[in-house]
Amino acid sequence: MKRTTTSLIGAALAAALALAGCGSGSGSGGSASGGGSASAAPAGAFDPNATIEIGSLYEPQNLDNTGGGGQGVTEAFNGNVYEGLFRLTDDGKVENLLAEKHEVSSDGLTYTFTLRDGVKFHSGDPLTAADVKYSIEKVTAKDSQSARKSSLSVIKSVETPDDRTVAVKLSDKSISFVYNLSYIWVVNDAAKDLAKSEDGTGPYKLGEWKRGSTLSLVPFDGYWGTAPTNKGVVFHYFTSATALNNALLTDAVDVVTSEQSPDALEQFANNPAYKVNDGQSTTKLLLAFNDRVKPFDNKLVRKAVSSAIDDRKLLNSIWGDYGTLIGSMVPPTDPWYEDLTAVDPYDVELAKKQLAEAGLAGGFEFTLDTPNYDPHPTVATFIKGELAKIGVNVTINVITADEWYTKVFKNRDFSATLQEHVNDRDVVWYGNPDFYWGYDNPEVTKLVAEAERSDTAEQQTELLKKANRQIAEDAASDWLYLYPQIVVASSKLSGYPVNGLNSQFPAYAIKKG
Amino acid sequence: MITYLLRRAAFLVVSLLLACVVLFLLLRLLPGDPANALLSVGATPEQIEAARHRIGSDRPLPEQFATWVGQMASLDLGESFVSTLPVGPEIAARLVVTVPLTLLSFTLAVVVAVPVGFVAAHRAHTWYGSLLSGFSQLGIAVPVFWVGMLLITVFALQLRVLPAGGFPRDDWADPVAALTSLALPVVTVALVMSASLIRYVRSATVDVLGSDYLRTFRALGSSFTGAMWRHGLRNAAVPVVSILGIELATTFLGAVVVESVFVLPGLGGMLVKGIAQHDYPVIQGILFVSTFAVLLIGFAADLVQRLIDPRLRGSATGGRR
Repeated sequence: MKRTTTSLIGAALAAALALAGCGSGSGSGGSASGGGSASAAPAGAFDPNATIEIGSLYEPQNLDNTGGGGQGVTEAFNGNVYEGLFRLTDDGKVENLLAEKHEVSSDGLTYTFTLRDGVKFHSGDPLTAADVKYSIEKVTAKDSQSARKSSLSVIKSVETPDDRTVAVKLSDKSISFVYNLSYIWVVNDAAKDLAKSEDGTGPYKLGEWKRGSTLSLVPFDGYWGTAPTNKGVVFHYFTSATALNNALLTDAVDVVTSEQSPDALEQFANNPAYKVNDGQSTTKLLLAFNDRVKPFDNKLVRKAVSSAIDDRKLLNSIWGDYGTLIGSMVPPTDPWYEDLTAVDPYDVELAKKQLAEAGLAGGFEFTLDTPNYDPHPTVATFIKGELAKIGVNVTINVITADEWYTKVFKNRDFSATLQEHVNDRDVVWYGNPDFYWGYDNPEVTKLVAEAERSDTAEQQTELLKKANRQIAEDAASDWLYLYPQIVVASSKLSGYPVNGLNSQFPAYAIKKG
Repeated sequence: MITYLLRRAAFLVVSLLLACVVLFLLLRLLPGDPANALLSVGATPEQIEAARHRIGSDRPLPEQFATWVGQMASLDLGESFVSTLPVGPEIAARLVVTVPLTLLSFTLAVVVAVPVGFVAAHRAHTWYGSLLSGFSQLGIAVPVFWVGMLLITVFALQLRVLPAGGFPRDDWADPVAALTSLALPVVTVALVMSASLIRYVRSATVDVLGSDYLRTFRALGSSFTGAMWRHGLRNAAVPVVSILGIELATTFLGAVVVESVFVLPGLGGMLVKGIAQHDYPVIQGILFVSTFAVLLIGFAADLVQRLIDPRLRGSATGGRR
């Protein structure tokens, strides 16, 4: 009897070990386990046959950025698979890409672009002006879901005098036009079904997209420019920051495009096998007031609330030493940035005084609509605590992203809300009195419109600086902080973007040592 | 038996239809408009209208329901709102991960739980009997994701013998690589699942051990092993099989958690994403397939019970139970 028992246990254990063991014996064969040591590569040397494994939290929803593809498709495809007439570099400059040169008519209403010669699509089709026209019209089309559509409404017509020339006529002057074109992918006008395939001109073509898991890019032999410094890239998609960090720790990925788990940074920062890059993002966290409704229609109240919140303490508690304080809507990578943190400084006494001046010495109450995902609920609690110091009582109302969209963005049914605004150059929203936050200063509206009609970049910069200073002085919103853009990579890797402007992640210059 | 099978099949179809109705209506009760989830902040009303028209959420509910049921009937699960890709093939691609994960975990759990549960009952008063019972209690108390994270920390981050997550890009082309990726998730699920199974096996065995017929049989000169083998195990198996059915179904549905801990591209991740994006065709498709699987498992468990226990069979032909 005893023997039966023992043998039963033995059989069970053997079965369990066999199952677990069939994995452990062949660990190195698994595609997910990279193996290898983490010693630093000698300077300059790299392996041109290496595949770069990239870890990301942003899987594309489909492969078409005018069909609601989302942030993920921009990250994987922008500059890698598709190219625009111009390119936005990681430090915010606009460079020629598929456009060899361009001319602007003296009235500033006609832009004539000359296309680079010898450019081929992945399908082998040569690039022509008709493709560019098709691509621009695809973004501005009625059913386009591109977030960039509204900034291109100034386009009146696109003409193609010959195969290498594109002439765009505008209804109004637009100094940002060339910059805006850096977002438009040039797509083959004969391409079909762009939601699941592609036909771009970039250094990589789509390898395989395994939904829910990976997307691979392989070098395109017929590329017109410099060939990639690697044998291809694989984007690995994760839904949790912890899993992403584990993958980096086990060498399953070489680089993480955007670290979202501040607590995990320590283990990489203190390890010579990794490099933690502290870049500048363009994502601003806002306490947006509804400037149309009481008491936030009063500038003094907005200033008081802004001054009562210790942004430094908030940023530290969420991101530690990472991230930047901004006193207004403009991030340091925009040409019209200046440090305005002193305009509404953290000063509780000042806040109390301003509140008294506004006739609200006893404080007031308001409801803060808070999106239910990180970090908003934490931030809301922090703000509630800070404002209690000046007698302001905050009721936190947690809502889903969807509700936010309907309640706050569409119906403007709110007093104040938390939200992040991700793009660069979006200070111009303060020039639109119809925007959800209802900031209406005719002076700023004029400045923003004039800036867009500038003749030179200097003039544009000067006018937008003025506008930015004005919105800061009016405390149009409270700009809590600028998110850090943290790229964590194996120290064997170089040549990756660190700022990730507008979620781009050009991979063609990445080298693995 | 034939009548019984037919009755069960009819029951299956009716349940599935009812589930479809409930599922469809529940989804429509969710706050928010799927069209909003498709667009970025700053979309114009025309863009929203266009999106709504594309996905058909501007049409009356009965019409939407009829369309969906019509699609189901022709084995077409529709197109995702978000990706515009057909849902059916994608679910099939995910099942390549979820089904092996479920079956392997289930098998491992049964292989562990049956002998351990038996020992825990038969040797209840020994130190190791109590120890086994204690362990099973502990296993019931800990959540799956915690076990998963613990295993990752030990086997992937410390010992570096198994990957922390992911699944080969070419699926099962290299079975060893695929099994390697599944090793930790399978052990995780099996550990948690066997904990509750052990308790069921143990109590079923305790019942049998205390039964009159076993005592009688032994009094007639049979050895314990012989008595257990001829009568005990079969009797103990009846309640255990129905629990096994429930456990198998639970594992299939519970794969969501373990798949997300181990970054496996299975049905779970797809479902979570679908819900976040209000992607009705994806949610409906997955729940339809899962409901079908759960009903089938229940059916199979019933059938097995009948094969083991002739008394149940008798009731099927002889009228009501």
